[in-house]
Amino acid sequence: MADFVQHLHPAWQALIRVICFVLPSFLLVPMVIWWERRLLAWMQDRIGPNRVGNITFSRSSHLIPSILKGKKFRLFGLMQPMADFAKLIFKEDITPTAVDRLIYFIAPALALFPALAIGATVPWGPFPWITPVADVNIGILYIMAVSSFGVYGIVLAGYASDNKFSLMGGLRSSAQLISYELAMGMSLACIVMSTGSLKPSAMVTAQSAPLWGLDYPPFNLIQNWNVLTPYGLVAAIIFGICMIAENNRPPFDLPEAENELVAGYHTEYSSVKFATFFMAEYLGMVVYGIILSTVFLGGWHLLPIRFDWMATNYKNAGDIWNLLDTLNGSSLLAPVWVILKTCCVASTYIWIRGTLPRLRYDQLMSLGWKSLLPFATANLVVVAIWIVASKVASPLIGWVAVLISAFILFGLYKAINRLNTKNRPNLASRTITMVDTP
Amino acid sequence: MNGVPLGAYVGLGLFMFTTGVIGVIVRKSPIVIFMCIELMLNSVNLTFLAFARYQMHAPSSSSEQVQRSMMAGQMMVIFVMAVAAAEVAVGLGIIMAIFRLRDNVDIDEMNLLRG
Amino acid sequence: MNQTIGGVPITPELMLFGVIGGAAALCAVGVVAFNNAVRSALCLVVNFFLLAVLYFTLNAEMLGITQVVVYTGAIMVLFLFVVMLLNLGGSKMLHEKPDPKKFVGILLGCALFVILGAQILPQLMQVKPMELTPELAKYGGPQAVGRTLFTEYAYPFEAVSVLLLIGIVGSILLAKRRI
Repeated sequence: MADFVQHLHPAWQALIRVICFVLPSFLLVPMVIWWERRLLAWMQDRIGPNRVGNITFSRSSHLIPSILKGKKFRLFGLMQPMADFAKLIFKEDITPTAVDRLIYFIAPALALFPALAIGATVPWGPFPWITPVADVNIGILYIMAVSSFGVYGIVLAGYASDNKFSLMGGLRSSAQLISYELAMGMSLACIVMSTGSLKPSAMVTAQSAPLWGLDYPPFNLIQNWNVLTPYGLVAAIIFGICMIAENNRPPFDLPEAENELVAGYHTEYSSVKFATFFMAEYLGMVVYGIILSTVFLGGWHLLPIRFDWMATNYKNAGDIWNLLDTLNGSSLLAPVWVILKTCCVASTYIWIRGTLPRLRYDQLMSLGWKSLLPFATANLVVVAIWIVASKVASPLIGWVAVLISAFILFGLYKAINRLNTKNRPNLASRTITMVDTP
Repeated sequence: MNGVPLGAYVGLGLFMFTTGVIGVIVRKSPIVIFMCIELMLNSVNLTFLAFARYQMHAPSSSSEQVQRSMMAGQMMVIFVMAVAAAEVAVGLGIIMAIFRLRDNVDIDEMNLLRG
Repeated sequence: MNQTIGGVPITPELMLFGVIGGAAALCAVGVVAFNNAVRSALCLVVNFFLLAVLYFTLNAEMLGITQVVVYTGAIMVLFLFVVMLLNLGGSKMLHEKPDPKKFVGILLGCALFVILGAQILPQLMQVKPMELTPELAKYGGPQAVGRTLFTEYAYPFEAVSVLLLIGIVGSILLAKRRI
């Protein structure tokens, strides 16, 4: 199969790669929609949609073969996303008369295109002949560039709707997006610094090294996934928060808040165009989940255990370790592990949606600029200290240096904060306490 | 790319530059004038990179010197991009501050240094 | 096919450059020509994107993607913000009367193009790109750009970062209603 693909014309190879990326992404979207509704319902102590697609054959009709008479087939609501899309397609497509036609029509497409194109440099498995779509030297920067493009769909949708609420929603949303892009870029920069390459495939390969670069047991047995490093954990949390904000998901979905801005930037869009915005949001969830799992969670390896070291050291049972190693990271199951991790990230998205209330706009902006950006910058300094300390002395000294520097930087941050708000009451953190009155 | 002469890139840069000049002279809205200034800066970037790639040097210069001059073109473009970004931020702030005072979009009316 | 245009042989790369460069030139004209400020800004966005593609063809991949991130993703978003906040597109468009001074301006611009072009373009049309050895081909990659930026050009780098800091402080000051 690999030889066949490699001998084709480069244009056909590119087409096959694109199809192999786009088709699974599109097929994951209905699954994520269904999973969101069921998981959110479970968290809220109710049952989600479980009726669509259930078939009960009648007991008395003569047209049904006797095996099927009276049988019930449950589909657990898996056809619900199909029903949703069918309803949205058959709705009436209303276009207001005073809109800017060209921009009104291309805005949904401009929102969908980046959501799909972001994952072009992310590998699904160790198969260079088919993934990633484009293994360029600047992989991570490509992701930042295309996510900067995603702002346009929203701004133009809000502008073209000829509706003041939509315009406000669009502007607010784009302000939110560009604020959180900064912290996202900084957290990715930490991982780029520690890996030494901008390619996501190189990052996954670097994550199968021994933990923290220490070459003796027990650290030898664990892979160096970026979440397991001190700077990587902070960077993963920052990236996760920024990812949710980039996608306009709750708790960052103020621009779509129904009680404030009608429906924000997609108020005037009906039927298929609304379905496009909807799909762009869920597609963004899937693709950002893939990026998070590739850069931070070890990519296409299932478990962070180095079976190849065990295979070389325990040679009498070497076959089992080799088999486990292939299952872990190199077989055709590798894309399945990526999808599994993406589903875990999507479940975290849904979990956060069901738990946290929506952020007010000023809380959102102060979180992005005053908390995440300084933390991400401080993380950069910590990464630099880790790299230097790990190379000059051992990584354990690196841990000590990291903890000391993190302490110092955190203290600096608190001191500057206190200096700034010494004479002003801290308005941003007024809380409303709910009292349990009987 | 192979097969594209240098004159094509420089010609495109020149075209964009003169379009920007025409825009600055002809248009009346300050924002569009700003956009034409950005157009001019980008045309200059394109020209720098074209000259960095198409080294028109004497065949006797060493690879070190060629490398240096290639990188010099790129560094220039990076600094032009950074300066343009800072200039846009400050310039748009100025424009918004002016527009808050007087609801006027015509740059010919803003011909006094004061008020 | 061995045809030439003005002495330059037509190759697929030249045709591709013709398409991309022609579209970029059209968008540049569109920036100046549209009365609606939002459409001007969108033309400029497309122009910057096509320029980034041209940077990629010049082997400068780091700068191409930086062009998309910085210009298309940040600067033009800022422009669109200001245009939309000030409602400069649509109903508040400046209806500009046909002005004879504009015609003189356009004429002078074309004269500039012709004067400059006549001096430099005929000679530059004969220049072929330099052959790139594999190590020189990576001159546009992130490693080479980063290494040069932080070693040879470290002083301008720090100066530009101070300049950006001044820009941030200045724009925040300009945007405050009460200092």
